[in-house]
Amino acid sequence: MLAFTIRRLLQAVLVMLVVALISFTLFRFVGDPVNQMVGVETTPEQREALRERLGLNDPVLVQFGRFITKAARFDFGTSYQFRQPVAELIGRRLPATLELSFVSAVLALLVGIPMGVYTGLHRDSWLSKLFLSISLIGISLPTFFIGILLIFVFAVTLQWLPSFGRGGVVQLGWWSTGLLTWSGIKALILPAITLGLFQMTLIMRLVRSEMLEVIRTDYIKFARARGLRERSINFRHALKNTLVPVITITGLQLGSIIAFAIITETVFQWPGMGLLFLQAVQNVDIPIMAAYLMLIAFLFVTINLIVDLLYFRVDPRLRVERAAH
Amino acid sequence: MTTVTDKTPDRQEPAAPGRIARVLDSDIFHSFWRSKVTVLSAFITLLFIIGAAFAPWLAPHNPFDLATISILDARLPPIGMEYHDPSYLLGTDDQGRDVFSGILYGARISLAVGFLSVFFAAVVGVLLGLIAGYVGGKVDAIIMRIAEVQLTFPAILIALLVDGVARALVGNLDRERYAFWILVFSIALSFWVQFARTVRGSTLVERNKEYVQAARLIGIPPFLIMIRHVLPNVIGPVLVIATINLGLAVITEATLSFLGVGIPPTQPSLGTLVRIGNDFLFSGEWWIAMFPGCALAILVLAVNLLGDWLRDALNPKLR
Repeated sequence: MLAFTIRRLLQAVLVMLVVALISFTLFRFVGDPVNQMVGVETTPEQREALRERLGLNDPVLVQFGRFITKAARFDFGTSYQFRQPVAELIGRRLPATLELSFVSAVLALLVGIPMGVYTGLHRDSWLSKLFLSISLIGISLPTFFIGILLIFVFAVTLQWLPSFGRGGVVQLGWWSTGLLTWSGIKALILPAITLGLFQMTLIMRLVRSEMLEVIRTDYIKFARARGLRERSINFRHALKNTLVPVITITGLQLGSIIAFAIITETVFQWPGMGLLFLQAVQNVDIPIMAAYLMLIAFLFVTINLIVDLLYFRVDPRLRVERAAH
Repeated sequence: MTTVTDKTPDRQEPAAPGRIARVLDSDIFHSFWRSKVTVLSAFITLLFIIGAAFAPWLAPHNPFDLATISILDARLPPIGMEYHDPSYLLGTDDQGRDVFSGILYGARISLAVGFLSVFFAAVVGVLLGLIAGYVGGKVDAIIMRIAEVQLTFPAILIALLVDGVARALVGNLDRERYAFWILVFSIALSFWVQFARTVRGSTLVERNKEYVQAARLIGIPPFLIMIRHVLPNVIGPVLVIATINLGLAVITEATLSFLGVGIPPTQPSLGTLVRIGNDFLFSGEWWIAMFPGCALAILVLAVNLLGDWLRDALNPKLR
């Protein structure tokens, strides 16, 4: 266990270093940072002085070391377009993205698992076929188009829900939440559905195929032979065993939910990190791009690490396999 | 941009008549005709490809010819609604461009980006997979480690990032001119991993077989063995992955264009059309965004269904 943990940790550090290198290369070599910071009237001497002050004349390796030490403290300098510290900009928008991602993940689980269980148990009923067709359409529809369809139906035509923004927000320290006001919750509904729909279909299909497999196993047949009630077999014995992969996949998907939030946030003008990143890509605002890249990479690597370690802990077969190698 | 059409792959019939007969009698062909959904999807996909390839001849209007569009025709509703103009089947956008013609021209760009990016992703992925599997050792470790790192991030994020960097490198002035190739390049770069992993897996199996050992014994250089002997035996699954990835590539293109970092509005793709139409959703002109969006959804659904069928048909062991 210890050896595995250490190896996995080293691997995670390596990935972070590679991402940091990419970020640094972006930062340093894509567009001249000095050109972005000064006006047209700056003299060459002033530029040179600024270069010296920013340490751009130091050896590249020294600069990379400085970049990493700064990144560890989440200091990515000043945004080119907003003229504000990047850390502050991202920090202010982080709660919006995390709240949206979390709510859509919960939504995907709450709807996806029951649908998966149902379609797994009643393979040939018309409702299962309907669910499966819907899930196929859900996978084929681009996220942004789902958002636009929802806006068209619920915001433009029926006028039930707002189509943009976060609604009322309450400040809890540095965290701003929209979950405590009625308008905030109303504003959250459409974006959360848009973002969660793809994950929902994924979870549904996963639970379905796991259920189909588990039901065929001997211990379920044995449970049947013992004369246990159908409900107890399905939920106490079968469902429990399907949930390990579901939890793993959901954990891994959490990262991509945060990444896909870029699209949803753009459609609904949701004031989160994704929208900030997109504006940065459009305006070639390298500090924000680099910072976002590092943050997302950190989230992904951490989630992957936790899931891997948990899996190793939960599934004894994996440990035996590793030992055999 | 007009040169793009030449590169759109068209479906080729096998040349020799004996071959045609063999194809008509094969299992795959029978399983194709048996599934109505698959035949319908193939039909729709083909319809899109034809519509896209021959857009300049099929489209009732040329949306890019400034001489033929008139601002007086702007925001006309589609046929069947009040105040419609019968020559504009699906209505017009804010500049008086025909929505139906826009979709045909848009599908042309969307499909071109899709096909080209999947093609490049397949070439890069297959080559790297072959090398990793055949050479092994350190080369294998490096290639596969890169693939693993890339696989932890969603493709759309990588495409977005590559796109952002490429746009920064190209600079403001040329951004629109190179937008098409930047997009192809960024999508290709985010899709190669799956090809590489699959090909590497089958190459590992093939390289220990007798025919490869025999080829090595008579002194054929490794590169030729890879291309001439191993490649034909590992190429099968690549076709399936390519079909499935085509749908994904079209979605990715549309998404990036919708986000405003893809194809510019001067030569709009389907995603760009939805982006343009999105601004008019609230003023009641829903058709400007909805029709291109629906066209996109139908196209992707058809391609996905085709990919699903192909995967099952080529691999009977799966379910």
